[in-house]
Amino acid sequence: MTPARRLAVLILAVTVLGGTAAGYTAWAGMRAPARAGKDTPARAGKDAGAVRPGRLVFRTEAGRIAGVPLTDTSAEPTVSGLTCNRFSTAAGTSICLAARPGPVAMTDAVIYDRSMRETRRIDLAGIPNRARVSGSGRMASWTVFVTGDSYNAGGFSTWTGILDTRTGYLVTNMEDIPLTLGGRRHHAVDVNYWGVTFAPDDNRFYATVSTKGKTYLVEGDYGAWRARTIRENAECPSLSPDGTRLVFKKRVSGDADRPWRLHLLDLATMRETPLAETESVDDQAVWLDERTVAYAREGNVWSVPADGSGTPVLLVRGASSPVAVR
Amino acid sequence: MYIAANRTADGVRPRSRLSWTVPGNVLALGAVSLVTDVSSEMVTAVLPLYVTLSLGLSMLQFGALDGLSFGMTALVRLAGGQLADRWQRRKLVAGAGYGLSALCKLGLLAAGGSPAALGGVVAADRAGKGLRTAPRDALISLSTPPDRLGHAFGVHRAMDTCGALLGPLVAFAVLAGTGGAYDAVFVVSFCVALLGVLLLVMYVRDRRDPLPPGPPASVRAVSGLLRDAPFRRLCVAAAAFGLVTVSDAFVYLLLQKGGRIDPAYFPLLPLGTAAVYLLLAVPVGRLADRLGRIQVFLAGHLALVAAYLVLLGPGWLPVVLALHGAFYAAADGVLMAVAGPMLPEHLRTSGLALLQTGQATARMLSSILFGAVWTVWGGAQGLVVMAVGLTACVLAAWSAVRAGALRPGAAPGDLPAGPGAAPAGAPGPVSPGPGERSEP
Repeated sequence: MTPARRLAVLILAVTVLGGTAAGYTAWAGMRAPARAGKDTPARAGKDAGAVRPGRLVFRTEAGRIAGVPLTDTSAEPTVSGLTCNRFSTAAGTSICLAARPGPVAMTDAVIYDRSMRETRRIDLAGIPNRARVSGSGRMASWTVFVTGDSYNAGGFSTWTGILDTRTGYLVTNMEDIPLTLGGRRHHAVDVNYWGVTFAPDDNRFYATVSTKGKTYLVEGDYGAWRARTIRENAECPSLSPDGTRLVFKKRVSGDADRPWRLHLLDLATMRETPLAETESVDDQAVWLDERTVAYAREGNVWSVPADGSGTPVLLVRGASSPVAVR
Repeated sequence: MYIAANRTADGVRPRSRLSWTVPGNVLALGAVSLVTDVSSEMVTAVLPLYVTLSLGLSMLQFGALDGLSFGMTALVRLAGGQLADRWQRRKLVAGAGYGLSALCKLGLLAAGGSPAALGGVVAADRAGKGLRTAPRDALISLSTPPDRLGHAFGVHRAMDTCGALLGPLVAFAVLAGTGGAYDAVFVVSFCVALLGVLLLVMYVRDRRDPLPPGPPASVRAVSGLLRDAPFRRLCVAAAAFGLVTVSDAFVYLLLQKGGRIDPAYFPLLPLGTAAVYLLLAVPVGRLADRLGRIQVFLAGHLALVAAYLVLLGPGWLPVVLALHGAFYAAADGVLMAVAGPMLPEHLRTSGLALLQTGQATARMLSSILFGAVWTVWGGAQGLVVMAVGLTACVLAAWSAVRAGALRPGAAPGDLPAGPGAAPAGAPGPVSPGPGERSEP
């Protein structure tokens, strides 16, 4: 091939490939607003309207926070102007984790008061994963995935933070909490925490810790700032409102497509019971009342009795990150 | 025979310290790497977001694949080197690697939300990377006069790193312009990768010399390379250095744990190292040609020791990143520049693949080792251990070089052009540089 002809082929290729890339991008850009538009509600209420007692609040497919009556979840949702990837609320305190995509992924953790006024904004590295507010509305906690080293292919870690909204004290990454594993103080660089849930006293909490390829349920003491493992293979615990039981996801299969099943753990007897949901669930479940939990699975929100009985019930289609406002 | 931009009639360029020209083939390979890195870093940057936010999967489902894909990448790299040498078709094997990675971009679209399929595509992408690295570096070393290899590898690595820094920006532009359409990122990445393959096909020339008399490249011939004392010592030294080099992730983690940066800026740390690497790759490569590659190579590791000491002491962020980037500039391409001339041309790809695999294995062991030391004694103590080990390796390598242990016996033209004709041949591990992720 002569240099001139080679150059001609190159120019042609750049034109065709560039055109394909630009054309596809333009098409994808036109498609996106249409998708979001489908969801834009005629009856968009005020932000506080979606989040009020007696409602099941969730994230719509388009990322908006919306609510339906707990008693009639098939009703037309009230959609707020709030866009979050993960949302939680309790007793007038709400937390919204919103991804700020960029060359480097960042997350905003925003705390709102009862009237949905922003009271605190925390800049985080990483991708939103879990968010939770304690029953009293005092303790907010969240987990983000940090893929800090994009050159370290496959490497990532979780950073879990806790905010005491009463004192304003913020822990951005709880990894430094002294951990007792199997009765012995554990030092390792690879500890990762995720999925915090607080007890009614706003001091005792549960979370997942992973180290050396295993996951454990930990019980933590916020005031004393220490944690100890109490069980292996238990992730994303969610404490019942009375603080006596946990629903968590347990790894039950090596199949990467369906690894987890929701289980109940009675903290008094330490007995665990598989819930009636047999499909794999990758979510931190949420208690609707003392007997029922809700969770997201494959883009829809479901509920199931928390004692292993019954069957899963579809609550809201095209929804995730559910939370019941009591 | 060198495909040079401005070679003289007899193919030997006049030795000029002021010359900044690089063989056309090296520029072409640099352009291929730049474009390919834009493509692959686009995907690397958005994959975690895509997997967790768009698909709602857990990142943990990916982690398990790492050990497996490491072993596979090593095997693919060694096999690719073997085939490239046996057929004397380095460009073909490199092209297969680039092509495989390009196809993987479409594979991401096809995989949908299945973690198993996504994991498979990511593993195949890495295999493609493993396949192309050794033949590409062999082509660079075969296209460049031996006394200018440091410069040539420096130019290549700078172009490569440039692409790696651009990729995330392009990906973000596409995401911002489409309102978060990840499929558009994958399609654009695929188009960019195809352009890279096309550049390779049209502008990179393989060297198709007649094979030397004797048996063709075989597994036996390649393992025979290790009977050659200087190359064997180089491999051993590279592995030894690899064992005492703290992996990037730990360096950044230690910086962050020092509490001197806002955690929100943690993800920007690798960019700092890469930027310094980009700036220094060419000047340091030229310096290596002039002063001797081994000297520069060992100096690079001393810079790394200095980085550890600063990390242990005052923890000045810009200083640590600058030293870390300087280490890559002095170690990554320079090792290939050292190894190239030690290897017979018809076995060069296999030899480089062997060296890179040894280094990657040592690096993985180093991570396990460092993690264990951290667990028992703590991070700072681990860093002290590694700094001591690194210093010991530098001293040992230095005295070995003084004794001529790494000096190739009879291969002519492998001496750096520096004053005193310092011996070529230097040990050294180059952990996959920020821009040159040749290892898993």
